[in-house]
Amino acid sequence: MIKVTVNGTAYEREVEPRLLLADFLRHELGLTGTHVGCEQGVCGACTVILNGDSVRACLCFAVQADGAEIETVEGLGTVENLNPLQQAFQKHHALQCGFCTPGMLMTGVDLLRKYPLATDGEIREGLSGNLCRCTGYEHIVQAIRSVVGDWNKHGMDSK
Amino acid sequence: MKPPAFEYLAPASLDEAVAALAGQDAKILAGGQSLVPMLNFRLLAPPLLVDITRIPGLDYIEDWDGGLRIGALTRHYTLETSPLVKARFPVLHAAMAHVAHLAIRNRGTIGGSLCHGDPAAELPGLALLLDAHLKTTKRTIPVAEFYQGALATALGEDEILTEIMLPALPTGTGWGFEEFARRAGDFALTAVGVTVGAEARIVVIGAHETPMRLPAAEALFTDRADIAAVAEAARDEVTPNSDLHASADYRRHLVEVLTRRALTAAWERAA
Repeated sequence: MIKVTVNGTAYEREVEPRLLLADFLRHELGLTGTHVGCEQGVCGACTVILNGDSVRACLCFAVQADGAEIETVEGLGTVENLNPLQQAFQKHHALQCGFCTPGMLMTGVDLLRKYPLATDGEIREGLSGNLCRCTGYEHIVQAIRSVVGDWNKHGMDSK
Repeated sequence: MKPPAFEYLAPASLDEAVAALAGQDAKILAGGQSLVPMLNFRLLAPPLLVDITRIPGLDYIEDWDGGLRIGALTRHYTLETSPLVKARFPVLHAAMAHVAHLAIRNRGTIGGSLCHGDPAAELPGLALLLDAHLKTTKRTIPVAEFYQGALATALGEDEILTEIMLPALPTGTGWGFEEFARRAGDFALTAVGVTVGAEARIVVIGAHETPMRLPAAEALFTDRADIAAVAEAARDEVTPNSDLHASADYRRHLVEVLTRRALTAAWERAA
């Protein structure tokens, strides 16, 4: 039996040890915003925030998250009330098919929280572990750049 | 794919963990950033995973006579951002910038990386460069005796790495770290770390089944070193394999270029 808090809601579930956190979120909790791409930690689509740190949900078992606070893309904002980074993605056309977007957003949030991101180079390096098969990287970099600076100064981060 | 089924234990102490490992063909789970992909690929199917991350007191960076003692469960992100690491071992700080991506650095641990022993990973090479002493639940192993082959270490099946001890570098030691990878955060095609003081240490990763020192090139390095000649000697001292990512010749070329750059930077930094 594990207890986790996901986007502020507490859950208790019986899980098999081999259940990956990504599959736990999607299949047990119905939170399908977290996407599963490569299942080997390479593509970044399943990135979620675990106890304040971005992690690959395909490289973590649900049992390891016992007691943890998890943020997923569903916790960022709603369709009516997008979070500022989501708004920036919309404004800068930073998504095409949308498959990589949840991972890009959660990675972006952790990068914005942890690094000054003073240059585009830093943003690119920070995103280098997230693959976009539409290859729309330029717009994703622009979207993140557009909120750097305002992110902490204006309390854009709701968490 | 999905990982095969296994039993899972998360002991609260090292004693319990060692007892759980004995005779079980179990694997230790720390950050899981190398182990879980191998499970997902079904390259491994251990009957038992012993998760050591619930054991308290293995996540720290402390002074050790001017060097550092680092708990085995210290995460890469903690090493990357530690002011103590940056002050005492700037070469380790510089290398951490090349270790994987943020989401991996948030989970991966120094102990896990050292025990996994990927020949192209930065931390095993840095441990060799900095002459680490690896403290386990049984003994202390000099890093030079730790690696026995690709992904193979001197650790017994019920032995757990607990601490990485890095002796202080002599004052005025110069350092350099140069890596070439296809993409930021990927494993190195080749990387070279050097320290330069009374003697030089040159360590290459990605060019052998374990990280390796280059004694012949090191011996050529004197205080009036011809850095280009040392770099050529380094190139001639390695016998890398060709693979999908790079030919052996290309890796040898990288060893020469990266050694030259690392030594040049180290020489400029040396007092």
